[in-house]
Amino acid sequence: MTALAQVSGGSGPARTPPPARPGRHRLLPYLLLLPGAAWLLVFFAVPLLQLAAASLYDPTGSLSTGYALTWAFGNYPEALQAYWPQFARSFGYAGAALVLALLMGYPLAYAIAQKAGRWKNLLLVCVVAPMFTSFLVRTLAWKTILSDNGALVGLLRDVHLLGPDGRLLATPVAVVLGLTYNFLPFLVLPLYASLERLDHRLLEAASDLYAGPLHAFRTVTLPLSMPGLIAGTLLFFIPATGDYINAELLGTPNEYMIGNVIDSAFLVRLDYPQGAALSFLLMAAILAVVFVYLRRAGTEEVL
Amino acid sequence: MSARSAAQRSPAVANDGRSVRLSRWWADRWVMIVALLVLGYLFLPIAVVAGLSFNRPSSRLSYDFHEFTLDNWRQPCATSEMCDAVVRSAQIGFLATVGATVIGTLMAFALVRHRFRGRSGINLLIFLPMATPELVLGTSLLALFVSAGVPQGFWTIVIAHVMFCVSFVVVTVKARLAGMDRRLEEAAMDLYASEWQTFRRITLPLVLPGIVAAALLAFSLSFDDFIVTNFNAGTTVTFPMYVWGAAQRGIPPQVNVIGTAMFAIALLLVGLSSLRGGRSRRAALPVAAPAGRGAPAPAGPGRRATGPS
Repeated sequence: MTALAQVSGGSGPARTPPPARPGRHRLLPYLLLLPGAAWLLVFFAVPLLQLAAASLYDPTGSLSTGYALTWAFGNYPEALQAYWPQFARSFGYAGAALVLALLMGYPLAYAIAQKAGRWKNLLLVCVVAPMFTSFLVRTLAWKTILSDNGALVGLLRDVHLLGPDGRLLATPVAVVLGLTYNFLPFLVLPLYASLERLDHRLLEAASDLYAGPLHAFRTVTLPLSMPGLIAGTLLFFIPATGDYINAELLGTPNEYMIGNVIDSAFLVRLDYPQGAALSFLLMAAILAVVFVYLRRAGTEEVL
Repeated sequence: MSARSAAQRSPAVANDGRSVRLSRWWADRWVMIVALLVLGYLFLPIAVVAGLSFNRPSSRLSYDFHEFTLDNWRQPCATSEMCDAVVRSAQIGFLATVGATVIGTLMAFALVRHRFRGRSGINLLIFLPMATPELVLGTSLLALFVSAGVPQGFWTIVIAHVMFCVSFVVVTVKARLAGMDRRLEEAAMDLYASEWQTFRRITLPLVLPGIVAAALLAFSLSFDDFIVTNFNAGTTVTFPMYVWGAAQRGIPPQVNVIGTAMFAIALLLVGLSSLRGGRSRRAALPVAAPAGRGAPAPAGPGRRATGPS
């Protein structure tokens, strides 16, 4: 909820630098940090190392016989070779969902920030409210909405957008729709925070200087909303790529994403080296995409 | 704004006044109309969940509306496994919330109020868990617990939840602390309040809304978490895990009762908080804690709340 917190803090007092307290309390900050930092080190950083080690275990081992760390780098190309379609699908679906989400989320964020007036807070709550219900229950609701006997499929068949036996459920469309739906608020909130600060006198100035609405949008609104756009895109894309709930509940094994494979590697097939290698590949791929994206978007502020 | 002034400027030759008025009306409103349609899209599944909570399904595996009934609401615990799972999720959520809120608040105070060496390292340690895919958080903890020989269950879930909630607590409390007027505390000190008195009577009450918001956020993150939990639960079943398992065997309609009730309770909390926060508007909104992980905008670019500086 920081987006909101931040926004309601708005253009309030600028952050004051931490006051210098010479000599006194020199140990205090470390004491305050200790429990949290220790927790994150032991249960976040160390596990990552453990996962890295597990990805280099001898793949012939098993949980019952025990694993040996043999620096088996071959686990990586093997995993990638076996599961590259799921990898490609993860990024493809998340990318498609991102495009949809931008088309829906930008007008929504803009309307709330610039056009809603006194309804602003209510509309913001409306953006967040769907998340009050369980993620899984909401996703299952899409099963009902997209079901073969449902009104939506009936309508699409009537207008011949779908063939007489056409379906939505268990297709890539369903998975992409589910991803778009589930992560849309993550895109809208930071975007809203940026757009809210947009001074609309700038837009008036643009129009006084004979910029049409489209031109004004391209040269004023869009560049000024860039920080929120970048933060929102990342907040949308990272969880969407790693998600496997939508693929499992709304798709079939033909729509499985890399998360489904990792889940089954760890929990069903108990192939830890492969699961660990795939997890690391996912993380590396996401980091690479994020890095390239940030370089191209030309903002260093986000990371 | 842009739309209106553009329309004024546009060649309003007005050979047909009505169509000009119509196009101006449209230029003015289309963003709002699209926005409302998108909100409709966001609420559609909620409406379906609420509707299905009154459904008597035709078969276990059917997701279609069949027949109206109040039975699900009269006996929400007809499937006792489900209610056990809800209770377990609440217990885990409570413990994880307490843990994460306490250690996260301490960290936020250290970061906003103190100078120390290693700040950027700490910032990175707080930021990274939010940027890491949940899948990786879950699998890496699983790798740790397995190699350390720790049996997985209730407590490993609590540990994992505290881990991914801490960062969000830090960010939320930090935002509140950073926006606070230091002069109030200085005034108290000038009036001979001791440091402890100043903290108790001035600082804490002012930061409290931020801490409450952080706690609510942590609880909803924990209560709704599936991916990390799934890898660290052993045989323990939380509510999301119950729903996941039931999705293969057939979902009891009472799941929708729980979903609707969660929605109503959260909405009620937001309503109450905005009523109370009427006086200090700043406090009102952060309470709207969503139930999805990563919900807050961490790297809030404006304030650079999380970015390791």
